[in-house]
Formats: sequence, C-alpha cells, structure tokens
Amino acid sequence: MSRMMTGAKMVVQALRDQGVEVVFGYPGGAVLPIYDEIFQQNDIRHVLVRHEQGAVHMAEGYARSTGKPGVVLVTSGPGATNAVTGIVDALMDSIPLVVLSGQVPTFMIGTDGFQEADTVGITRPVTKMNWLVKDTAKLSETIHQAFHVATSGRPGPVLIDIPKDVQFAEAAYTEPQKARTSHYQPKVKGDIEAITRMVELLETAERPVFYTGGGVINSGPGAAQLLREWVDAAGVPITSTLMGLGAYPASGKHWLGMLGMHGLYEANLAMHGCDLMINVGARFDDRITGRVADFSPNSAKVHIDIDASSINKVIRVDVPIVGDVGHVLEDALRLWKARGRKVNREALARWWDQINEWKKINCLAFKPSASSIKPQYALQRLQELTKDHPKRYITTEVGQHQMWAAQFLHFDQPNRWMTSGGLGTMGYGLPASIGVQVAHPDALVINVAGEASWLMNMQEMGTAMQFRAPVKQFILNNERLGMVRQWQELLHGERYSSSWSESLPDFVKLAEAFGCKGIKCSDPADLDDAIREMLAYDGPVIFDCLVEKHENCFPMIPSGKPHNEMLLAADASAFKSGAVLV
Amino acid sequence: MSPLNIKQGSTSHSAYDLRDPYTEVIESHTLAVIVDNESGVLARVIGLFSGRGYNIDSLTVAEVDHTGHRSRITIVTRGTPQVIDQIKAQLARMVPVHEVHDLTVDGPSVERELALLKVAGKGDHRIEALRLAEIFRANVVDSTLESFVFEMTGAPEKIDAFAELMRPLGLREIARTGVAALARGL
Repeated sequence: MSRMMTGAKMVVQALRDQGVEVVFGYPGGAVLPIYDEIFQQNDIRHVLVRHEQGAVHMAEGYARSTGKPGVVLVTSGPGATNAVTGIVDALMDSIPLVVLSGQVPTFMIGTDGFQEADTVGITRPVTKMNWLVKDTAKLSETIHQAFHVATSGRPGPVLIDIPKDVQFAEAAYTEPQKARTSHYQPKVKGDIEAITRMVELLETAERPVFYTGGGVINSGPGAAQLLREWVDAAGVPITSTLMGLGAYPASGKHWLGMLGMHGLYEANLAMHGCDLMINVGARFDDRITGRVADFSPNSAKVHIDIDASSINKVIRVDVPIVGDVGHVLEDALRLWKARGRKVNREALARWWDQINEWKKINCLAFKPSASSIKPQYALQRLQELTKDHPKRYITTEVGQHQMWAAQFLHFDQPNRWMTSGGLGTMGYGLPASIGVQVAHPDALVINVAGEASWLMNMQEMGTAMQFRAPVKQFILNNERLGMVRQWQELLHGERYSSSWSESLPDFVKLAEAFGCKGIKCSDPADLDDAIREMLAYDGPVIFDCLVEKHENCFPMIPSGKPHNEMLLAADASAFKSGAVLV
Repeated sequence: MSPLNIKQGSTSHSAYDLRDPYTEVIESHTLAVIVDNESGVLARVIGLFSGRGYNIDSLTVAEVDHTGHRSRITIVTRGTPQVIDQIKAQLARMVPVHEVHDLTVDGPSVERELALLKVAGKGDHRIEALRLAEIFRANVVDSTLESFVFEMTGAPEKIDAFAELMRPLGLREIARTGVAALARGL
C-alpha cells in the first residue's frame, strides 16, 4: 500500500530515500510548502545561502569533493534565474546536481504571475534534462528519475520545476525501487576490439603520452587507481587537464604537470611530439588544443569518453572508445597484463630523455622579489605549508590565480581540487569552498582567489559564518583583473580598458564585519607566519595577500597557436614587439 | 553555418581560434528521431540545432505510437560529414530520445512531402494549370471559377518543380508539410 502524502512531503521523502544529507537553498513564496516540511524533520540539513548562484556552486563543491550529487532548492522566478549561472557551470564541467525550483501554481502558469519565469524553458539548453511536474502523482517518480539521470553516464545538472499547488496536493508516494528509471542507461563497457587496438598501440609506441581529464575523477576513485597502476607499470608519461588534476599524483614519477594554454612546457611539447596519445576522459577543449590544425600532428589518437558526442567533435581520433573510464581501464589493464605487459622500452627511454631535456627549461621560473610578494611565491609557500595536511581541499576563482594554483599546488588524490573549468565562472570559489567544507567538516578547505573574482560572491561569507564553515579565503590581491590585464598587455597594445579594481574594500575590516578573522600581508618576509596564522585559526579567514600587480602568467600558448609555439616568461617582450615565436 | 569573413591574422587578438577548422563538402541527410512524446521535447531538439549552429532544412513531427507515447521527428539537415556525425551523437545522448536513424546512410529510403498550392487564373492559364496538375498527379481539392487548390504528394524536388511551373500560371499560396521518410524494405 503506497503512502499518501503532499507533494512537499514527497520532495523531502524522495530526497531522504536518495540518501541526500544536505540541501543548499533559499526560500521564497513558491517553495514555502517544501520549506515547511524541511522545518519539521532532522534527516536533511538545509544550508541557507545568501544568493542562489552561491547555492549552486556550493552544491558543485559538495558534489566534486564527495562524488555524490549536489542538491539545490530555490524559489520561482528570480530564485531560478539566479541559479542559472551555476547550472551552466555544472553542465560544462559535468557535475551531477539536482536542482529543485518552485513555480507559480499550475493554473497561473503563462499569466505572467508574480515571480513567474519559464524556468524549464530558460534551463532547457543548460541542463542534462529538466521537468515541469504538473501532477503530484508523478512528482516522486520524477525526482527518482532526476537522480538517475544526473548521476548516470556523463554526469550533469538536472532541474525539476514544481508548481506550488503540486506541492500542496496529495498523492501516493512512489518508492525509488518502484520508479521507472526510463530507458536512459548509458553504456559503460567499452568495445573490446577498440580496447585491444589501444593496448596494441601502446605496446609498440615510441613516444606515448596519457592525456587525462575530469572523466577520470567523475568515474570514481577506482578509475584513478587503475590509471595510476597502468601508467606506473608501463612507464608512460602522463599529463592532465585542469579538470583532471589529482587523478594521477603530482608526486608520481611519470607526471608531466598540467597541459594547455597555461600548461607546462614539457607537457605541451610531449603532446605535440608524441606518436601515441591516449585521451582518458578529456574532451579536447580549445584551451587544450590550441590551433586544431596543428594539434599533435604526428600521433595516433585514442579517445576514451562516456559521451559519444565528445568523440570527433574537435579532434579526429583513430581509436574511439565509448565507455566509462573505470570500466575501460579495467579491461585495458587486464588485457595488457595478459599479453605480457609489453612496451617499447628502448624507445620509451629515449622519449624520457627528450622530456627530461624539456623539463630543464624550468618553465615555471619567475623572478623572485624581496620587496613584493610574487603570486607564484605565495602559492609556493602555501603549498609548502599545507602539503602534509591529510585533508587539504582547494577551490579557486577564475583568472591568473587559478592557473598559478594549478601550476604550483600539487594534488596527490582525486576530488581535492575544485575549479570552474569549462565555463570559467568568476565567483565560483568562495561558495564552492563552503560546499566542500559542509561535506568535510574537519578538512582544511582553502579558496585560492583573486580579489575581483572573490567580490562576485562575497556575500556567502555570511553563510560560512552561520554554518561554521572554517573556509580560508586566500586572496591574491593585485588590484587588477589580472588575466584581462595580461591579455591587454600582450595583445591589445597595453590599453588597460577597465581592468583594474578600484575602491576595493579593506578586506581585514570586511572580515571583522562578517565576524571572522582578517589577515593582511604585503611583505614576503612575513608571509610564512601569516599563512600559519591563517591555518591555525579555528574559523573562516579572509587573507588579503597583496601581491605584485603586473605579474603575468606563463607559460602561455597564445590562442590560435600550436603547442610548440608556447610563450615563456623570457619571450614575452619579443612577443609584444611582434617578433616571430619559436 | 556560413563562415564569417575574418581577416587573416586578426584572430591572434581573440581568446578563441575563430577560423573554421574543416572546410569540406556539405551533405544533406534525412534523420528519423524517435522520442518520448512529452512536453518540451520538440523545443529540446530544435534548441540543439540552433544552440550548436546546425541547419534544419525540413522538420516534421507527430505521435506515431499512441499507446507508448512516442513521436517520430523527421529532420532534413545539412553539414560536413563531421557535423552530421555530431548532430547524430548529440541527438542520441538526449534523455527523451530513444533512437536516431540516418536514412541517408542506412540504405535506400522513401521521402515524401504533401503540399497544397492555390493557383488563381482564367482562360488559358487555368487550362494549362489543370493539364500540368494531371501530369504531376496533383488532385484538385478546392475549386472556384477563378482558382484551384491542388494537393500533391511527392519528393520535395517534385513539389519544387510543380510550384515553379505554377508560378507564371498564378500561384498565390503554398503550404508544405515537410518531409516524412521511411527506409525501404525490412
């Protein structure tokens, strides 16, 4: 006998049955019945945010650090539209989210009612799937389906729009095991012939490289473990996208560092010069490929991706393998072992000699300064002082600081690095750090930020305070929109159009206003002590690290250039004067 | 998606490489997409085409399985082989999409479209219109002393040809359903 209950009660029951522990949200007229149900129970915790965009980024941080779907609850109209940026962010980075939005009552839909917006229309192109539920009898089943869709195949955000009268009406509750999970069952096992072809290619390759991405992280810790085992046993160099950092440990001996526009010299040249590229769960993003026509011109390319539409979207590959990274790697590793663990040892040794030559360039070198804090130095010190922490999680905002963080902070485990990759959403890091901290209350969670990005969602410090999330906001403050300024310097004749931060708040006083701790540091000699003070404080900290204002982020592949036309710090002046690059 | 006129070298100032990576032959393909007949599904499919810059030359949709609530969307689209593959993959990964068939590559298929054409005229023009309609096997479904409405079914090219012939004879209006298509044989 099915239980009868209201739609609002159904929402809470379905979330409970889906194992949800935390919901990030903001109340409003069209979701009041659901909030009333949340009030009357203790299984699901509600984190009240200060702006709905923050709720979505928190849910993303929660999802990325736990591997579980993040859940968001917002009201109709502005509540839903404010959530849109976060939803797009989750779509671009394949983060599983279930967003519940209130809607005006069904009989008012289409009348331009108060706080009415066509939420399913607005979010249709930016969700994996969305539903407007007009019948309470279908609500619980739809929620169960939503969790299935968000977490199956390539993960992504889904949205359920729930009119207020549907929340009040009563109907029978459908248990998760009785819900139709629809025909949507993406294939996880890769084609064994293609996997065999990949193994054969690896056995004879002279200059192989693994190029891994967020798909490894999304596939789960088992996938990262299999990747590590194969890479280390085969002795093949490995690089990763921004999204995939931590899948293979930065301390691992085959690690080349991140690749791409601001990736490491050795990683990009290995990509350019390889004869076999094995793409594991990455999508040949334009920040990775540079000029497509000249991308890794002499390599056979293997692409493992759970989403068939990623294959041949940007780069034509020779061996496509559609399947879940974990399943494919498991088959590949078993096959490779069964065939005698072969690699071309001599050629591989020559390839490593070449890579070690490239490493000597020391592409991350920067001019140290005794008078001002170089942002790279700040991150080197942060790395040094936090690397031994067993539970260190890093989030970032978007810009130069993000790239430096990817270059200078090292990740030995997956799910420890949360950054907005595809959409590049300034304002992501602070709320994401809170979401991570909510999921891991005893962890050290640091948001590496720029002052301009950080200001975009700084109201969420209120959330951090209210929910006792001791997040550390490490702001590299150059009083500039650093990445914009860098492009203007290098590509737009040093005309710095609107790229400086004026009328900045006093961050220490701002911290005091929120009731947390503020630290300011401008002298490299004081930096270590200041960082230690931040780490020792039991509560949220806003760390205003005043850094060198005109530092540029290198290496850099100018857009439309191939990997072997990378710009190193020393070349920058030549580039500006229009000289031809190597 | 016609390429924009971008001056050589000007994209070095952009954060994106703006040049078309592939310039290849453009092909026309007829796709049959079987979807759940639920609210918003057509918007989802059309939105994919507009959002990703694909072409739609013709689109028809109707529920074909009333008990299973499945609709068949027939889309005629154009693009390079790489774009056509992308379109199929992007359609196939949509949650309410059950099947995607490329009738152009799956083997021979029949494509038919229905058109209604209103032709106004007197005297010789009227007689000539009727004579041509007979040749094209178009039926007269409405008639006044000064006009006909012809109904014809056929491949889109046949309808184009007939409409072209009717133009000098007083073609006033034309309504077309778009293409419906099925693979030949079993």
